Amino acid sequence: MSDNGTFTPVIVGFLCNWCSYRAADLAGTSRMGYPATLRDIRIMCTGRLDPTFVLRALQKGADGVLIMGCHPGQCHYQEGNYKAIRRFALLRRTLRQLGIEDERVQLHWASAAEGVQFAQTVARVTEQIRQLGPLDWARNWPNEDPYAVEEAVHE
Amino acid sequence: MSEPRVGVYVCHCGHNIAGTVDVEHVAEWALNLPNVVVSRENKFMCASTGQEQVEQDIKEFDLTHVVVASCSPHMHEKTFRNACARAGLNPYMFEMANIREHASWVHANDKDGATNKAKALVSAAVSRVIFHEPLEPMQVSIRPETLVVGGGIAGIQAALEIADAGYHVYLVEREPSIGGHMAMFDKTFPTLDCSACILTPKMFDVGAHPNITLLTYSEVERVDGYVGNFTVRVRKKAGMVDQDLCTGCGSCWESCPIRIVDNVFEAGLGHRKAIYRPFPQAVPKYPVIDVPNCTYYKSGKCRMCEKVCPTNAIRFDMQDEVVELEVGNIILTTGFKLFDARRVPNYGYGRLENVFTSLEFERLTNAAGPTEGKIVLRDGETPPQSVAIIHCVGSRDRNYNTHCSAICCMSSLKFAHLVMEKTGAQVYNFYIDMRPLHKGYEEFYHRIMDEGAQFIRGKVSEITDAARSPEEDGKLVVVCEDTLIGQQRRVPVDMVILAAGLEPRADAQAVGYMFGVGCGDTGFFTERHPKLDPVATVTEGVFIAGACQGAKDIPDSVAQGAAAAARVLGTISKREVALEPIRATIDEERCSGCRICNNMCPYHAIDFIEEKGVSRVNPALCKGCGTCVAACPSQVITGAHFTFDQLMAEIDGILVDVLSDQPIVEAV
Amino acid sequence: MSNQKPKLALYWASSCGGCEIAVLGLHEKILNVAEAFDIVFWPCVMDFKYADVEAMEDGEIDVCLFNGAIRNDENAHMAHLLRQKSKVLVAFGACSYGGSMPGLANFADREAMFQWIYFDSPSTVNPDGVVPQKRSDVPEGELRLPGFWNTVKTLAQVVPVDYFLPGCPPEASSIEIAINAIVSGELPPPGSVIGPDVTVCDECSRKKSEKKIQRFYRPQEIFPDPDICLLEQGLFCAGIATRSGCGAKCPSVGFGCRGCYGPNEGVLDHGAKILTGIASVLDAMTAEEAEAILDTLPDPAGYLYRFHLPDSLLRRKARGNGQRQPVGETSQREPA
Repeated sequence: MSDNGTFTPVIVGFLCNWCSYRAADLAGTSRMGYPATLRDIRIMCTGRLDPTFVLRALQKGADGVLIMGCHPGQCHYQEGNYKAIRRFALLRRTLRQLGIEDERVQLHWASAAEGVQFAQTVARVTEQIRQLGPLDWARNWPNEDPYAVEEAVHE
Repeated sequence: MSEPRVGVYVCHCGHNIAGTVDVEHVAEWALNLPNVVVSRENKFMCASTGQEQVEQDIKEFDLTHVVVASCSPHMHEKTFRNACARAGLNPYMFEMANIREHASWVHANDKDGATNKAKALVSAAVSRVIFHEPLEPMQVSIRPETLVVGGGIAGIQAALEIADAGYHVYLVEREPSIGGHMAMFDKTFPTLDCSACILTPKMFDVGAHPNITLLTYSEVERVDGYVGNFTVRVRKKAGMVDQDLCTGCGSCWESCPIRIVDNVFEAGLGHRKAIYRPFPQAVPKYPVIDVPNCTYYKSGKCRMCEKVCPTNAIRFDMQDEVVELEVGNIILTTGFKLFDARRVPNYGYGRLENVFTSLEFERLTNAAGPTEGKIVLRDGETPPQSVAIIHCVGSRDRNYNTHCSAICCMSSLKFAHLVMEKTGAQVYNFYIDMRPLHKGYEEFYHRIMDEGAQFIRGKVSEITDAARSPEEDGKLVVVCEDTLIGQQRRVPVDMVILAAGLEPRADAQAVGYMFGVGCGDTGFFTERHPKLDPVATVTEGVFIAGACQGAKDIPDSVAQGAAAAARVLGTISKREVALEPIRATIDEERCSGCRICNNMCPYHAIDFIEEKGVSRVNPALCKGCGTCVAACPSQVITGAHFTFDQLMAEIDGILVDVLSDQPIVEAV
Repeated sequence: MSNQKPKLALYWASSCGGCEIAVLGLHEKILNVAEAFDIVFWPCVMDFKYADVEAMEDGEIDVCLFNGAIRNDENAHMAHLLRQKSKVLVAFGACSYGGSMPGLANFADREAMFQWIYFDSPSTVNPDGVVPQKRSDVPEGELRLPGFWNTVKTLAQVVPVDYFLPGCPPEASSIEIAINAIVSGELPPPGSVIGPDVTVCDECSRKKSEKKIQRFYRPQEIFPDPDICLLEQGLFCAGIATRSGCGAKCPSVGFGCRGCYGPNEGVLDHGAKILTGIASVLDAMTAEEAEAILDTLPDPAGYLYRFHLPDSLLRRKARGNGQRQPVGETSQREPA
């Protein structure tokens, strides 16, 4: 998606119900402006984040993924975000090996009172991904099958 | 299985959404999404007309799922779920798309971007909702007994309200007596009521109440179970005094030869004995022995208290007693701790003799305190002729605590009044902002101004005894910027009182963990919703009230204690409570017993069933965070309402305009 | 209805031959196979030609057991052809199901691979710089080689597949179950994986407790306790996320499962499930602690996607197009 040549990233967000989603709400009630690049999905806790979700978003055309939760030590469910930290660490190493830049998938924290920080984080991450350009993952496997009648559908 | 039939409703919210998002276009576009059979827009979906439209459509179009694109689910998810329920549709067959807080309100300068995002969010909701299940809340029965942890004013209020209503309360308190910080105060603002005079009748009522079991000198060690059915292990520390025999006569502590500084009740200003009762009006009235300081436990000698006790109540070999309480609800009222003013070295507390903290001053001016209520310097004799009161010590400060402690302005005004009344000294209040917020507080402020206190607006940078001029000799000099006149000032005084802030208790995090309550960024316990639900927590059956939830004064603590009691009484009277059906379930047929989920749960909701070699989630303990669901490597744990299928569909739906299903067909 | 025995075809695309041997591993039960079926195509073992298949009617082959991944034009040609000529097409073994070892080429591409194989490798002697060509002229005429693809695909990514039989290779017991199911006609719904829907943990006899991984060990670094879960001892074991049916043979001899049977039902990305299972139990409360533990696990993508890279959601490493990292690099831990 581009606008006069500048590329507008599409970023899928995973926000936890108690902290970062409410921070986003607060950014809304405070009328903070930030780029319309983040499309957010609500989960109860960043502990719910299955790495499959991140991979799915990237596979299906997102240019980046932003995961945001409660600050470590303040998780509404005590410890969910610690598990998110662990999974994210291994996911990031794996994505690096698959040639995906670190800036494309990021994990940040925002408490329910941090509407400003939420907006700033979205703006900053948007810029970082904008600099990297579109990910366009499906372009990695153009069809090489000369016998294909129609493309095999990947689910 | 019949085909899903989805109804989509896009709200204008007046101009709030429609001013930025092209609502008509979104509604029209949504009709083309898979499974959507009706798509409408409405000026105010949450109004009765909006809700009625949904109800009508459900019946008329046989809708199986409903999506409303409007504000945040935190605002109106319940509203629309109830509308669905009224029309006979399970309320969980509903999903919201937040196109106000997350779109129109934040992309006001980018109408195309906002509209595009709104479409993506609607598509996501439509894709997700068809995987929703008709969930039913789980009913659990409620035991009528209640546990209140912490015997300060909030806990006392909560306990009395529940006990007066006819239900049993266990009140657990760590110290030998209930009363908390309020028992230490001299007078309370703004009425200048004697604190003990208004507190002790309530304390007495607690002690005498047939429905209250008071467990003082006791601590909670472990909490198991779930709302309506908690099992709490409490350790009753051995006080070495048989309470069935003791009459509270006081002979023991009068004869005890060991005198030590009382750091708790006397704030380090006064003394007590090794066998002691914290204060005269203590409830219960029985003393306890401070074992580490008692001669008998060090050398086997003395035993004076035993010799003089007329009823033979001393028991040196008493052991701690551990009891298990079965309760239906728990209220945490564990209070606060005072900011340690030694952390601000430039204020000289602990180094400069006549710098006092607020709690020390309370003991000073209290008629039952170590100086019998005389306001004097550390020498115990000399009254001050000038006193500085410093507001915001350790509060509103990036170096220590960023929050405002709510009571310090009022306490400082109160101190000013007491100093002027008792000593006639000149009082200076050094403040940043004046926060007399509640009923009668502003008037009290004016009264203190009228009484002659001087108010200097500016943050104090230093309190020093290094004199720079003869007037400063032998004085404490308060160095500050007087912002109202735009000048630096040095104000020499005899005594400084630091209005130290209120902090969470040092063990708040550990205590919270034990009860399933988290701590926020300021360290106080986290409430379920800061505006609409300040006494409930994310754990059903556990409530918080008073200063442990956030710095507050006595009226607010009392109100919260009563509010928590009302909530508890509500669940007791209903006999049953409905638990949100958002929780995890393990498919035992497909569980392979890897046990990775076993230590994912901070609520101990997952057990391993040895005989079957599978793990199992206790649905009443599960809070629905989904951490175990995401951890399961064989994907056999279902997170109700946040299932794998629902979230994957949501991701696909949210990328509706960039979806890459097909590889690009190109020449090789 | 004819009395003729059902027709069976076995074909190997990009594979090692292990699946063929696995069929022979049925031992005497192979006679049951020969008795039950009429083998009409098995180039590994008997003298058949492609023309034989081309001459068949569509759907004439009752069951085709197809092993090997699809990584060149010839593999694709036979996949399409056998799909056309077979009623039931079974992706036999990890290569055709998930990509397996050939699939690891998805960490590179044709250019990078040819550069290494035909030029840079220490054992290459190629003074004339010869590189495989699709067409070469020789005195006898024109020689053709199949086009070598950049991206390895699974069988199902090229043609519709009826059943999947996992394993590298599938254990004899798994093959037997599949053959019996086919013979008896008691097959699961089309598109299914033939095998139990539990993980290797279910078959593994080691004792499992709550897990807390403080570090990983390479297999040569420790002698594991024979009775305790290998993962708990710091040895990578994908058994937590891998379908059983193999008898947990590898863990039983102290070697962590490598994941060759692939994921369970409903899982779309095998590596992601191994990742989440292992990462969730790292003994770490901060990012730094997690990184320190992960420093002891080299090549995580290799461990996670060893057998199912082409079958994963991302399928392969990004290919350079100016904005991405050059292919052929091994992963180094970059400074934070």
